[in-house]
Amino acid sequence: MKFTLSWLKEHLETEASLEAIGDALTRVGLEVEGIEDKAKALAPFTVAYVVSAEQHPNADRLRVCMVDTGTGEPVQVVCGAPNARAGMKSVFSPPGTYIPGKDITLAVGTIRGVESRGMLCSAAELEISEDHDGIIELPADAPVGTPYAEWAGLADPVIDIAITPNRPDCLGVHGVARDLAAAGLGRLADGDVAPVAGEGPCPVAVRFDFGDEPALSPAFALRLVRGVRNGPSPDWMQAKLRAIGLRPINALVDITNYLTYDRNRPLHVFDAAKVAGDLVVRRARAGESLLALDGKTYALDEKMCVIADDNGVESLAGIMGGEASGCSDETVDVLVESALWEPLNIAQTGRKLGINSDARYRFERGIDPAFTIPGLDLATRLIMEICGGVPSEIVLAGTIPEPRLQLAFPVGEVTRLSGIDPSVEEIGAILTALGFTVAGEAPVLTVGVPSWRPDIDGKADLVEEVVRILGIDRVPSTPLGKSDDVSRPVLTPLQVRTRRAKRALAARGLVEAVTWSFVAKGVAEAFGGGAEALALANPISPEMSDMRPSLLPGLVLAAQRNADRGSADVALFEVGQIFRGIRPEDQKIAATGLRRGTAGVSGSGRHWQGAAAPVSVFDAKADALSLLEALGAPVDKFQIVAGAPSWFHPGRSGTIQLGPQTVIGHFGELHPATLEALDVEGPLAGFEIILDQIPLPRARPTKTRPPLDAQALQPVTRDFAFVVDRTTEAGKILKAALSADKALIAAASVFDVFEGAAIGEGRKSVAIEVTLRPTDHTLTDAEIDAVSAKIVAQVAKATGAVLRG
Amino acid sequence: MADLDALESDIRQAIAGAADEAALEAVRIAALGKKGSVSERLKGLGAMSPEERKTAGPAINGLRDRVTEAIAARRAVLKAEGLAARLKAEAVDVTLPVRASALDSGRIHPVSQVIDEITAIFADLGFSVAEGPDIETDYYNFTALNFPVGHPAREMHDTFFLPPAADGEKLLLRTHTSPVQMRTMQRQAPPIRIIAPGRTYRNDSDQTHTPMFHQVEGLVIDRSSHIGHLKWLLEAFCRAFFEVEKVEMRLRPSFFPFTEPSMEVDIRCKRVGNEVRFGEGDDWLEILGCGMVHPNVIRHAGLDPDEYQGFAFGMGIDRIAMLKYGMPDLRAFFDADIRWLAHYGFRPLDLPTLVGGLSS
Repeated sequence: MKFTLSWLKEHLETEASLEAIGDALTRVGLEVEGIEDKAKALAPFTVAYVVSAEQHPNADRLRVCMVDTGTGEPVQVVCGAPNARAGMKSVFSPPGTYIPGKDITLAVGTIRGVESRGMLCSAAELEISEDHDGIIELPADAPVGTPYAEWAGLADPVIDIAITPNRPDCLGVHGVARDLAAAGLGRLADGDVAPVAGEGPCPVAVRFDFGDEPALSPAFALRLVRGVRNGPSPDWMQAKLRAIGLRPINALVDITNYLTYDRNRPLHVFDAAKVAGDLVVRRARAGESLLALDGKTYALDEKMCVIADDNGVESLAGIMGGEASGCSDETVDVLVESALWEPLNIAQTGRKLGINSDARYRFERGIDPAFTIPGLDLATRLIMEICGGVPSEIVLAGTIPEPRLQLAFPVGEVTRLSGIDPSVEEIGAILTALGFTVAGEAPVLTVGVPSWRPDIDGKADLVEEVVRILGIDRVPSTPLGKSDDVSRPVLTPLQVRTRRAKRALAARGLVEAVTWSFVAKGVAEAFGGGAEALALANPISPEMSDMRPSLLPGLVLAAQRNADRGSADVALFEVGQIFRGIRPEDQKIAATGLRRGTAGVSGSGRHWQGAAAPVSVFDAKADALSLLEALGAPVDKFQIVAGAPSWFHPGRSGTIQLGPQTVIGHFGELHPATLEALDVEGPLAGFEIILDQIPLPRARPTKTRPPLDAQALQPVTRDFAFVVDRTTEAGKILKAALSADKALIAAASVFDVFEGAAIGEGRKSVAIEVTLRPTDHTLTDAEIDAVSAKIVAQVAKATGAVLRG
Repeated sequence: MADLDALESDIRQAIAGAADEAALEAVRIAALGKKGSVSERLKGLGAMSPEERKTAGPAINGLRDRVTEAIAARRAVLKAEGLAARLKAEAVDVTLPVRASALDSGRIHPVSQVIDEITAIFADLGFSVAEGPDIETDYYNFTALNFPVGHPAREMHDTFFLPPAADGEKLLLRTHTSPVQMRTMQRQAPPIRIIAPGRTYRNDSDQTHTPMFHQVEGLVIDRSSHIGHLKWLLEAFCRAFFEVEKVEMRLRPSFFPFTEPSMEVDIRCKRVGNEVRFGEGDDWLEILGCGMVHPNVIRHAGLDPDEYQGFAFGMGIDRIAMLKYGMPDLRAFFDADIRWLAHYGFRPLDLPTLVGGLSS
């Protein structure tokens, strides 16, 4: 919402400075977005007379001008504008002037060997229009030496404020003035409009035609003004409209635009000569269209409200008029419309057609119904003053609603909600200044809401009115109060896990990324997602169309972007939400890591102690298990099973589970087909752990740990080399060995895996080290031999292994 | 006796000439071994007269002691020389670079770090961390929060929509973290103090907007909290978060459908290059929106707005991270550029705590 300072002062008697007004606007909730003070910005630019303009001796396109700036001797200026010539008046700026359109400060210069002491300016250089074809040409009577902005009527500062959607009343200058007056900035001018008596009935009737459905217009007022002389509107009106960025068209149209901004009363004018028969307010019919005043043709449907005559649709109700019945300089009889519209319908129609007009903006936020007729009278008076003519009486279809909301307002609410404790008199004075009626006695006042405030419907709204006018700075900062106990832990187990997972993965050298929650459909499909239910109806781009089923694709694509930028070896992780369905419980927290190239846990690339190997399934497995350890998960209870979902390499991936129903996560190298589908290059190895899936530890009554069982007796180790089929899992061998004597065998690990001709085709040797932990006596050779035999027998039974000879 | 002197001189010469411990041992055996030159003399004492023995005894024994001592001394020297030689041979080039450890290269994203910082501050004041789904219903995102159907405020949210659920429920990506207010009030009886950090989505992308961003919601519901408490809380939070002694704040009346009165909060600051200094300068920087929870919202949660009251606020996490740590561009947050992450990210053990300082 823009307006000029002088325009505001027509509604507000005030001595306040521009700065004080700006501060007050922001303070009461009408946030100042900018104040453009051209008089200040353009102060050095003055009207000047070009005494002579000679060809530059060294440049075809330049002229050497002698310029009378009104300060004495003419000044020499080199000018390149094609229209620079002797005898013209233009705008001059001396050295030292800041040129806003060029963002430079002018200095005395020498151009192709000729000194230039200033500049003749184009409108673009002053940022008053886009015109940079030549220097500004001023009429001969422009007084030399006068500041240009003052002469051109640009001296009036333009104030731009942001209006929140609840304050349609401040979409007119009068409403803004009312708030400022209430805030103590001055006195609000009388806004009442004396009725304009008409001569004779309006010859055009208005009919609502909505059948059995509710009317989309509560009220529609119309009057004819006969015998007007349309043409350019007066200078004062044009200056106001131009200052706020509107283009003057003709007096009749300018009057409607002026009142839209002056009083938040959008109006429409029809050229009566172009209207055939009566006006009908109705829903549009399928197939109807309208060539609107913006020169575009809009296809209409039955949800839209229009104003039609015998020729068809003439105007899109509350949004934009039609070209066919618009007013031109030839208009003699004008029909003036002042109507009310259903806000929701206006919003839907405007959105559907993509029209953002000043009228739509106001009607969808709410127009003062009580000003429907006064607004029409005010327009009539302006038309009579500017264009002459004789008005008819007003014809009104529908009824003007009279919202007379009365609220019981316990004044204590102000203190209860804000902490400020104003007097009842203060409260009453503020509400009255804002146009509310106040009756009754404290502690409960009866407050009548003015017709222009659709946002007020409860006592909390009245508290806001009082507080914003008093000033929120009057609210005392009041400590919230802490518990008088030591702070308790506040995070849920899953929140603790999420945080810890990030630190644990970072500690393994992985770098945390935050990637989009949505991926391309093809990418989602490659990772088990892509369901219709999880596809956005209005994605911002095809690359961000589907909710991610996994964090892996985001990291894979990120790794490739880094590779494309020269970082081939990256290790990334993300801990965040994945979507398996639309319900809240289908949203899971995944902790996912990805290593690319040679980015292993101990570093990447070449090194004098040995180059890092390409990442593999075992890097991913190590990351996954290390993460689970860090989270305190029961890792010893988890099973590692070969294979993982289809986006992993089938022979180089695994699943971590607590039985087939409870999958904790997966790890592995990515499937070559997946890499191809995402157009990325490997090697890539990653894992994904679903944090929600990890069982919670059982709650225990104390924090006591079981006593340490540190045996005094030395453990004994024995090595075994088993020859098994190549496909036999080492995990099986270890499991069998451990089960041979659960009391005695403390650990078993693989220290060598060998395949070769010596072992035989399709066979491998797996060497394991078994640790025996004696409990009460040192083991005898016979006991060790006995347990060794049991180990060999168990492993043989489980896997068909034979001891390597 | 002259021959003893000559012998001692010979032996001493041999000791001095022993180049290593083996040679020294040979000298020892030649002198003090069973058949050694000194041992032979000692053996000769038995055949001497008592008078001869009286002088020869001490002389030969003295010789033996001196030789023993000289050998020990020489052995110590040779051992030290040997060790020195070994150590010299073992020397390596310590300027050779070592591999960086995982702790050096791992990083925490600024968004995670800042969420941890925010949580540390609010947890100290008794706030817990609430959560809600990213895929929300139209009801929780708008209707329950007092957004009238078709109201312009609803349109201002640039909502991403999903196909409706089987039961016809309209689904969308939450445009703010405020739906967590209602979910929390339905789950938990007052008094309530929560924050709800999380991802939010709007169909908007330009220099300063990304279609996904992070917000933190705050909610206090009890029987007495008012704007004054809200003001104090926000001031206290900003001081703690930005780690400054003083923050100057400006609350401006504004509008949100789910709060009444509603306010936006600016903080006074000065921009120096990419640095933002708080509490000085003439710039006001908007950092959050807040207000007293609207009576309709309290009512929707099944509570009586005449009995319960409170306030809510919402703040951009990415935005305050940028203000505190000076990242110039929001879009880089979600690009996973390893250079950006290594530069603006935090080390794995940089744990923000109130006892140790948020960003020490």
